[in-house]
Amino acid sequence: MDEAVVWLTIFILSVFVGIEVISKVSSTLHTPLMSGANAIHGIILLGAVLVTGSTDNDVALVVGLVAIVLAAVNMVGGFVVTDRMLQMFVRKKPKPAATPTEGGNA
Amino acid sequence: MPTWVQLVNLLCAVCFILALKGLSGPKTARAGNLLGAGAAVVAVVLPFIYLDLKHVPLIVAAIAVGSIGGVVGAQKVQMTQMPQMVALFNGVGGGAAALVALVELHEMVPHADAVSWFVLAATAFTIAVGAVSFAGSIVTFAKLQELMTSRPVIFPGLPIVFGASGVAAVVLGVLTVTQPAVWIGIALALLGLLVGVLLVLPVGGADVPIVISLLNAFTGLTVAAGGYVLSNVVLLVAGTLVGASGTYLTLLMAKAMGRSVANILFGALKGGSTLGAGEASDRPVRSAGPEDVAILLGYADRVIIVPGYGLAVAQAQHTLRELVDVLVARGTRVDYAIHPVAGRMPGHMNVLLAEAQVPYEQLVEMDDINSEFKHTDVVLVVGANDVVNPAAKTTPGAPIYGMPILDADEAKQIVFMKRSMRPGFAGIENELLFDPKTTLLFGDAKDSLGKLLNAVKAL
Repeated sequence: MDEAVVWLTIFILSVFVGIEVISKVSSTLHTPLMSGANAIHGIILLGAVLVTGSTDNDVALVVGLVAIVLAAVNMVGGFVVTDRMLQMFVRKKPKPAATPTEGGNA
Repeated sequence: MPTWVQLVNLLCAVCFILALKGLSGPKTARAGNLLGAGAAVVAVVLPFIYLDLKHVPLIVAAIAVGSIGGVVGAQKVQMTQMPQMVALFNGVGGGAAALVALVELHEMVPHADAVSWFVLAATAFTIAVGAVSFAGSIVTFAKLQELMTSRPVIFPGLPIVFGASGVAAVVLGVLTVTQPAVWIGIALALLGLLVGVLLVLPVGGADVPIVISLLNAFTGLTVAAGGYVLSNVVLLVAGTLVGASGTYLTLLMAKAMGRSVANILFGALKGGSTLGAGEASDRPVRSAGPEDVAILLGYADRVIIVPGYGLAVAQAQHTLRELVDVLVARGTRVDYAIHPVAGRMPGHMNVLLAEAQVPYEQLVEMDDINSEFKHTDVVLVVGANDVVNPAAKTTPGAPIYGMPILDADEAKQIVFMKRSMRPGFAGIENELLFDPKTTLLFGDAKDSLGKLLNAVKAL
C-alpha cells in the first residue's frame, strides 16, 4: 500500500472517531469539552520539539523555541484549566440537599 | 523509529480518543481530561529517550517557560473569563503549529526535489491555517476581554479584501508546492494572519464562542497536517480528532443558537442587523426597590431564576444561592432556567453556578423548563437579557432572530435585575423590559441581591 494512502486511511478513520465519540455530549459539557479538545491539540508541542531538536540553523532554532513555548502554554495551560472547570462539576454531587453553608458575601 | 516507540505512540493516540470520549460525559469528564494530559506528557517525553536531540537544555527551558506560563494563566483566570482563556490557548497552539511548519519548510528546501508534493501542500496548509487560527483567536480574545468593541466591525470593501487575501493565500500555497522557498512560507503566514483578523472582525459578540470553537477545530486540523509532514502518528490522530469533533461541536452550538455557521461568519457582511443600534431607550419602565421585589418573591409559590453573564460579572452567584436557599426554606419552589448559551459560551453558566455550589438538581435546561413558565408566579432575571428577548421569536432581522429563548414572557410577573437600560451582548433592545408585567430592580447584581436577601429574611 502506498504510504500516503496509509496516512490518509488513518486520517479518515480518525475523523469518524472524532465525531462519534462526542456525538452524545450534553450542552452542559460543551465548554469543558471545547477546552479539553483545545488542550489535546497542544500536542503540537511534540512536533515543535522534534523540529527544534533536529535543526542546525540559528534562526530556525529560535523560531522553534518560540513554537515550543507557545505550544507548552497551549498544552499545559489547557489541561490545567479544563481540570479546574471539571472539579466544580464533580464537587456538588455528594451534597444534593439544600445546604446554606459557607460562601455568601465574599 | 523503533517499534516500541511506534507502539507507545499508538497507545497515546488511543488515550486521546478515550480522553475525548470521557470528556463528553459528566461522570467521566475529569478522568478523561487527566488521561489526555498523561498521554500528552508521555508523547512529548518520548523523543528525548529514543532520539539524539540537539539543543536539549534550550528545549527543556522553553518547555518550562511555556508550562509555567500556562499553569499560572490557568490558575489565575476567573471562571467568567474562561471563553477568552480558551481562545488564547487555542491561538498560541495555532501559532505554534504554523511556526513548526515554517521551520520544517526551511529544513525541506535544500532537498525539496525529494519531497512529495503532498507533503509540501500539507506544510503550506499548516502555515496558512495555523496563522489564521492564531490571528483569529487573538481578535476573539480582544473582543471578549473588551480590549476592543464586541460589536461586528465592518468597513467598506471588507469582503473584497477578504476574498483577495484568500485567493492570494491559495496562490502562495500552490507556489510553496511548485517552488518551495522559505520567503513564500513567511508571506503565506502573514497572509494567514490577515485572513484570520478579517474573518473574526465582522462577527458580533454573542457569536464569538462559536468562532472560538471553529478556530479550535482549525488548529486541530493544522496539527493533523503537521503530523503528516513530520510523519508522526500521534500528531495526526490527535489533531484529526480535535478537528473533527471541534467542527461537529461548532455545528451543535450553532444549532443551539438557531444559527448557521455561515450566517455567523458572514451575516454581518450582508449588512443585516439594522436593529443593533445599541443605544439605551428612554421609554418608560416600571422600577421598584428591593423591598417590593422581596414581597413578590416571598409570597410566590413558584419562582424561576434566569441567570446570565451579568450575574457572574458581579460575582453574585453565592448571594443568589443564599437567596434561593431562604426562599426554598419558606416553601417556595425555585429552579434555575439554564439557556444553552447563557454566559458567554455553551455550558458556561453551569460551570459558574457549580462554582457557587448550586445543587445540580436546581439547574433545569431550557427544553425542560419552557413549559413551566406559564405556571410561574415570578421570573427573576439576573444579569441576563438576550436569552429572554422575545425579539428572537417576533422580529425577523434581529441579530438573534431564530435563537430559541426562555419563555419568561409567559410568567405572571417578571423581575429584571439590571445595572442600567443598556442592551445585552447582542446589542438589541429587549421589549420584555417594557412589558406591563415587568418590574425592574436597578443596581449592581450583588448589591441588589444582598438587599433583596435581607428584605426576604425580614418578611
